[in-house]
Amino acid sequence: MTSLILSAATRLILPLMMLFSVFLLLRGHNDPGGGFVGGLVAAAAFALYAIAYGVDRAREAIRIGTIPLIGIGLLLAFLSGMVPLFGNRPFLTAVWTNLSLPIIGRVNTVLVFDTGVYLVVVGVTLTVIFAMAEADIEEDEED
Amino acid sequence: MTLTDLALYIILPILSVALILAVSRLIRGPKMPDRVVALDLMVTLGMGLIAVYAIATDQAVFLDVATVLALISFLGTTAFAYYLQRRPEA
Repeated sequence: MTSLILSAATRLILPLMMLFSVFLLLRGHNDPGGGFVGGLVAAAAFALYAIAYGVDRAREAIRIGTIPLIGIGLLLAFLSGMVPLFGNRPFLTAVWTNLSLPIIGRVNTVLVFDTGVYLVVVGVTLTVIFAMAEADIEEDEED
Repeated sequence: MTLTDLALYIILPILSVALILAVSRLIRGPKMPDRVVALDLMVTLGMGLIAVYAIATDQAVFLDVATVLALISFLGTTAFAYYLQRRPEA
């Protein structure tokens, strides 16, 4: 199904949703938000893209695929937990450096862990949504 | 009358009544499209309620909830429309 109104609206709303998901991710440490909600909003953006342009094009839009996203996210979260071990502190202790970057503030392992959560949530949600959408399409073709 | 009073005693009751009317349409709605439109209206009213509540409590954080709701409700309505288009008999 392709609708001109829907695809035009999607082109406007999709960047807004992605921007908002990153905004939720970055400020999650001090205010409501964080990797989980941000990931859900990003997954909703891709689900909207899949409705407007079809599941195949949405899969192409995520270049590396949905399953690798889960792996990369888990790896990021695990590595951020490994960092404090080098300073003889327990696994997953938050490590803060004094190096300050614009927008994200002080460099720390909390944000890396949250980014990992973000990627895992996007990957899992989209894997489920795409699988369901494709099963639905196949069912239709059988009818 | 302050802005908080206005929000609490006038705007919130009006929105609540509108929400009740929308729910009644959701339950009665003879056809599926009526229910989808009622659901969309309920989300829009919810956004209004959150915005008014943000004014009443002076908490700007609630406005972000309204933003997320606005972005997600568009997706929800679109998904329902997609579903209805493929199963028009419902």
